Amino acid sequence: MAVATEERVLTGQQFMNGDVACAEGALAAGCSFFAGYPITPSTEIAERLARRLPAVGGRYVQMEDELASMAAILGASWAGAKSMTATSGPGFSLMMENIGLGMMTEVPCVVVNVQRGGPSTGLPTLVSQADVMQAKWGSHGDYEPIAYSPASPQEMFDLTVKAFNAAERYRLPVFVLGDEVVGHMTERVTIPPAAEIDIVDRKRPSAPPDDGWLPYAPDDDLIPPMACAGEGYGFHITGLTHDERGYPTGDPLVHDRLVRRLSRKIQVHANEICEVEKLHTDDAEVVVIAYGATSRAARHAVLAARERGIRAGLLRLITLWPFPRGVVKELGNTARRFVVAELNLGQIAREAERYTRLPISLVNHAGGMMLPPEVILRAIMEAEA
Amino acid sequence: MSGEIVVNAHPLDDLLRADRLPHIWCPGCGLGPIMACMANAMADSAIPIDKHVVVSGIGCTGRVAGYLKVDSFHTTHGRPIPFATGLKLAKPELQVTVFSGDGDLFAIGGNHLIHAARRNVDINVICVNNFNYGMTGGQAGPTTPMGARTSTTPYGNVDPSFNLPRLAATLGAVYVARWTSLHVRQLEKSIRRAIKKEGFTFIEVLSPCPVGFGKSNNLGEGLDEMELYRTNCVVYPEADLSQADIELKHDSTIIVGDFVDIERPVYGAGGGEE
Repeated sequence: MAVATEERVLTGQQFMNGDVACAEGALAAGCSFFAGYPITPSTEIAERLARRLPAVGGRYVQMEDELASMAAILGASWAGAKSMTATSGPGFSLMMENIGLGMMTEVPCVVVNVQRGGPSTGLPTLVSQADVMQAKWGSHGDYEPIAYSPASPQEMFDLTVKAFNAAERYRLPVFVLGDEVVGHMTERVTIPPAAEIDIVDRKRPSAPPDDGWLPYAPDDDLIPPMACAGEGYGFHITGLTHDERGYPTGDPLVHDRLVRRLSRKIQVHANEICEVEKLHTDDAEVVVIAYGATSRAARHAVLAARERGIRAGLLRLITLWPFPRGVVKELGNTARRFVVAELNLGQIAREAERYTRLPISLVNHAGGMMLPPEVILRAIMEAEA
Repeated sequence: MSGEIVVNAHPLDDLLRADRLPHIWCPGCGLGPIMACMANAMADSAIPIDKHVVVSGIGCTGRVAGYLKVDSFHTTHGRPIPFATGLKLAKPELQVTVFSGDGDLFAIGGNHLIHAARRNVDINVICVNNFNYGMTGGQAGPTTPMGARTSTTPYGNVDPSFNLPRLAATLGAVYVARWTSLHVRQLEKSIRRAIKKEGFTFIEVLSPCPVGFGKSNNLGEGLDEMELYRTNCVVYPEADLSQADIELKHDSTIIVGDFVDIERPVYGAGGGEE
């Protein structure tokens, strides 16, 4: 690897767009490998890392497509690197194949999806939040993903760091589900000193290589320690259903045990993973659930409703997956109604319905434009009426 | 059979996952001797076994990764080359070999092979060509000769087939060879050369697939196809590769040999600055 010629962490007050902040968050988290394919509106992440990674001793590779990009970051992670790719909906679709391999073989890495309007080529330059369920269910089979939803350039930085830490801690590809507005918005981003940034590294085998080492024997936290290629462990990794030795098997009992563990290792840690921000929810009769760019408009709407004497509150989802079901259940006991604001046809609204019996009003748009605060405010007033 | 143990150990036991044997390959398949060539070449290389990594895609050849006792990855269909690219670039000290089949590398994975060769990533690709999709029961693929009968070409294959060494040479692979599962000494030597060579190397190895392909194309059992290799192969390293198509008929020759050995700048050799 090259010698570092620039600082890895750009400590201080920066003025940058969300995509660039995401790239800087990756560097601050220790990312040393990026493989990607240019796609609007995520391209600035690749451009930033193409310049910055070599300057801090890392490696940027432009691959032939998103299938290859995802495969390459899995390979790099097995080589011991913290690795990442960035894309948008069409590329996210192509990555699903190897996201599945990453889930099945438990590979720490980060996949950033700066969402644009879909399906298909959709609205390349315009915002949407319609890949929420794709992040949950996009690859075949059962697994439990982690997805963060940044609402500002600052959070593009902060949550990219968290995404790397969660990937390393829980051993899976972790998603940052940005959107075009947050990706292209330029704001102040405060980057802390490197020493103040919390960094998590994957669990390593506690014993030196020997013939008895089991690459998929989990600890009590359901997560197996991870050896990397070239360290002498001589492991075998397969996307086939595998036992604790990593060997393929067609045994339905082994399959059931493996797939349940892949989900349970996230579910049992959901409380430490899930993050929300609450604004005026304690006495709120109407709680607006929003996330990403839409939550900014929702915040204005909630504050405007308060000025009108309406007891409105905002539940901003910072993690979309695992879904913060506990807080929705709790607020269902104190509020009278939910309003879900999102740029899709009701993906999170439908998820919220699973955890409350309160009526839910959906205020939404398929994408291409932001929801104006007034539209959300109207929904709050109608809900309150 | 008395069940008497004739030998207690195989010379390659240290390089094989003996606890996974017997393997899943059919009687007459050429993958066994081809894998042994790989194991011997790794053992003879100056590189410690711990630094050898084998990456496979999906299919019969894809199972090679699971039998070699090195860090090994059985990835997704068509994607072993970009996976290997990530491994190699993130940890250049690794000696990375992609071991996969013709369908995996040239149909679903064709685009990745093209671009890895263009970049001249320092990985070795060993492509076992059995002229069909064996794992799924003998369907036509990009190497199936025209006219051949498979379960998806019941009236004879109408697709022209790829000439793999010609394609690899055109793409800029720095070392290109073709052998068969009969040519074990030549193949082992080729793999040793590929391991030493810096850059993207490509070796095609023809293998009988008596169950998936041989039976329906009058090639007989595995041994019969090996006999065809013996009588019809011509070692011709200087061959014009445009003449190296394979018809796989009893009256057609198969050109084999070390065809290409050139130098090109290796991708990423200068670290991150290039």
